[in-house]
Amino acid sequence: MADIRNNFVGIRSPNPFWLASAPPTDKAYNVERAFKAGWGGVVWKTLGEEGPPVVNVNGPRYGAIWGADRRLLGFNNIELITDRDLQKNLQEIKQVKKNWPDRAVVVSLMVPLAEESWKSILAVVEETEADGVELNFGCPHGMSERGMGAAVGQVPEYIEMIVRWCKAHTRMPVITKLTPNVTDVRRPARAAKSGGTDAVSLINTINSITGVDLDNFAPMPTIDGKGTHGGYCGPAAKPIALHMVADIARDPETYGLPISGIGGVTTWRDAAEFMALGAGNVQVCTAAMVYGFKIVEEMISGLQNWMDEKGHATLEDFTGRATRNVTDWQFLNLNYITKAHIDQDKCISCGRCHIACEDTSHQAITKEKDGKRHFEVMDDECVGCNLCVNVCPVEDCITMIQLEPGMLDERTKKVVEPTYANWTTHPNNPMRKSVEPAE
Amino acid sequence: MSGGMLKQGIASGRLEPGQYARNFSDLHPALDRHEAFVEADRCYFCFDAPCMNACPTEIDIPMFIREISTDNPLGAAETIFEQNILGGMCARVCPTEQLCEDACVRMEAEGKPVKIGQLQRYATDIAMEENAQFFTRAPATGKTIAVVGAGPSGLAAAHRLAVHGHDVVVYDARPKAGGLNEYGIASYKTPDGFAQAEVDYVTSIGGIEIELGQALGRELSLDGLLERHDAVFLGVGLGGVNALRAEGETDGSHGLADAVDFIAELRQSDDLSKLPIGRRVVVIGGGMTAIDAAVQSKLLGAEEVTICYRRGQEHMNASSFEQDLAASKGVTIRHWLQPKRVLSENGKVTGIELEYTELKDGRLSGMGHTLTLPADQVFKAIGQTLEDETAAGLALTAGRIETDAEGRTSRPGVWAGGDCVAAGDDLTVTAVAQGRDAAESINRYLAGN
Repeated sequence: MADIRNNFVGIRSPNPFWLASAPPTDKAYNVERAFKAGWGGVVWKTLGEEGPPVVNVNGPRYGAIWGADRRLLGFNNIELITDRDLQKNLQEIKQVKKNWPDRAVVVSLMVPLAEESWKSILAVVEETEADGVELNFGCPHGMSERGMGAAVGQVPEYIEMIVRWCKAHTRMPVITKLTPNVTDVRRPARAAKSGGTDAVSLINTINSITGVDLDNFAPMPTIDGKGTHGGYCGPAAKPIALHMVADIARDPETYGLPISGIGGVTTWRDAAEFMALGAGNVQVCTAAMVYGFKIVEEMISGLQNWMDEKGHATLEDFTGRATRNVTDWQFLNLNYITKAHIDQDKCISCGRCHIACEDTSHQAITKEKDGKRHFEVMDDECVGCNLCVNVCPVEDCITMIQLEPGMLDERTKKVVEPTYANWTTHPNNPMRKSVEPAE
Repeated sequence: MSGGMLKQGIASGRLEPGQYARNFSDLHPALDRHEAFVEADRCYFCFDAPCMNACPTEIDIPMFIREISTDNPLGAAETIFEQNILGGMCARVCPTEQLCEDACVRMEAEGKPVKIGQLQRYATDIAMEENAQFFTRAPATGKTIAVVGAGPSGLAAAHRLAVHGHDVVVYDARPKAGGLNEYGIASYKTPDGFAQAEVDYVTSIGGIEIELGQALGRELSLDGLLERHDAVFLGVGLGGVNALRAEGETDGSHGLADAVDFIAELRQSDDLSKLPIGRRVVVIGGGMTAIDAAVQSKLLGAEEVTICYRRGQEHMNASSFEQDLAASKGVTIRHWLQPKRVLSENGKVTGIELEYTELKDGRLSGMGHTLTLPADQVFKAIGQTLEDETAAGLALTAGRIETDAEGRTSRPGVWAGGDCVAAGDDLTVTAVAQGRDAAESINRYLAGN
């Protein structure tokens, strides 16, 4: 059986599945249940500084979008950091860590932009014996209006400064949580690294309005006829998160910086994908909030079985293996040619591939043969775009088949070249580096 | 068990009073909003959808299901009614397992089609409950058309003609409009007065007058109709019943009856506990009428109900769904048995003698061996025929009115559709399509005049 024990910046956990700083980790009751269910670690919901705690709205704080059968695809929230007393949280953190010494307990923090504030909170968190801290520079609503959360995360200079303070005032590992609400996530990541962070975690939630109530013309979730942007997460956010993780993982300036991957992780496969792109572990929130803590059993079992099947003995065996394959468009091989192929035994004749291709793409799929309903790809029209694969309701019914070198591409009437050739040297590129020989 | 079950002969009140309502309640309870959303989400919105092509009225099924899924049931109802103004009844009585649902690509995918009929009912029920109207009449043309028969084909023709601005008079021989929808379909398929509610909904467009108690060959003649109207549509159905051609059939024994009369009587009954039924019932036939009569006999409290069909199961006109329904209600279906003699004593049916049959060189023939089933009641359900007087003077094919692709009969100015014509398959939905299409043909004809 594959060994999925995790060591993230020195913080050990029995598996790489942590619960992210969020409602599921707001108090001992929930965290105890999570650990009983098998979660490897938690990032305790963000603590603020000493004093009267923040207050939350008393109406809806969550919004969502759904797919077929009302499966939740995207989720958003306007909840703030913990609204519980700081001392109560600290006592519970200490007790939980004592009860569960083998699990990771990291504490998320957000205090005003003053060194003394960070210094004093770090001191009290250290007393809990927690394994590390995560700096919340991502919360996009409410706290950002008060100059914290994403308001800090969007200014690389602030990130660097606070990380530097934290590293100076604690022995605990420091994880810097980044906001995706920036144009280039590499800049805050570089700043965190410059400040000396042990790791970054990303993504925090994305600015969003999940919908509009058309009866009273108010954004959702709606509080007394008004709404505000919330933080978006869940399965629909995963592609955005994967891209940002990959960007940091392959940036020469942050290369090797440990990453805790967050954003729509719902199954073991999602977790494996984040880790393949360079994340050292993953954090989960939405999936647990939708289905409960039990899902971690599927995640553990699925990851182990996949690793066994592929021969990965430890997490390190596959972590970062996909990072090197993330490149720029200009370096993609233009001599790699594929054609869609429809498996007629699997085809249920819904015809969606045909109408998608016919109406919106390349008119490359037939609708009949010998007067009968029949869907087949015309290789002389197919550009290999993959649209049909994506709209087909049957998995693996349509696949992309690579043309081997030497074969004729019936669309271009050219023989497939065996060599790698990209845009940088393409004759149509006015900025090309060298001219290809005329064909 | 109720003591009434054991009453000898033909008797009423076989069940506890409360049981009747339970037995004859809706066969398929309506989908609620949540159920409709779950089911609608299963539709793949196919290109040139096979379900749509399998529907005789060619309802744009993927579109109406998409409209349901986006919480637009009235839009869905409009999509349905544009093609089939009796979409509410068809949602209840169509053999969807042989039509749209059999063609659903989910059959190929996982053997479980989208419940198209149930979704159609969801949308049409909402529209009819709200009395949402989707059609306005074109300016009056001054033309008047006679529609004979207020059944599915006649109502569909009348509605489409009214849409085009013509005035329509619908004549029907019976005391209520609706035809087989009112008189010929098992109660549990269309309870709560739905057939009459649908007649009201269809005719609410205006320009449609219904005259009841008017039969062709009795109060009406084709010549007379053509004198008073610019065109005539015949949707008269099949008024006659085939004979068993068995000994004792014409003895007038109490207990031998036509299944269609039993079904009609049951539909019109306002107290089923007063409707008598045999303790042992035999139904002769293999179609939907045989099933409807047999199942309802069982639901009225008959102890033993047996359907006897002279050919094999694969030859039965009743759909597999209907056969399964009958079996689930406790009806026994026996094949390869043809009626030979109706047995009676003192003027009352006591049983039926049947002969085993086989196919010899493709022809059905008796094998000589017989079987006798005791019975207090025998229902004939071996097909209906066109009554001669209803088609006087028109060319016939195989005993039914001959029509061309547009529904024109051999006589100029006369169209026909539904069960009375040779083309088609005796389905409500086919009758609707024929009535609708004949109306379009009549409209073109009148425009050319």
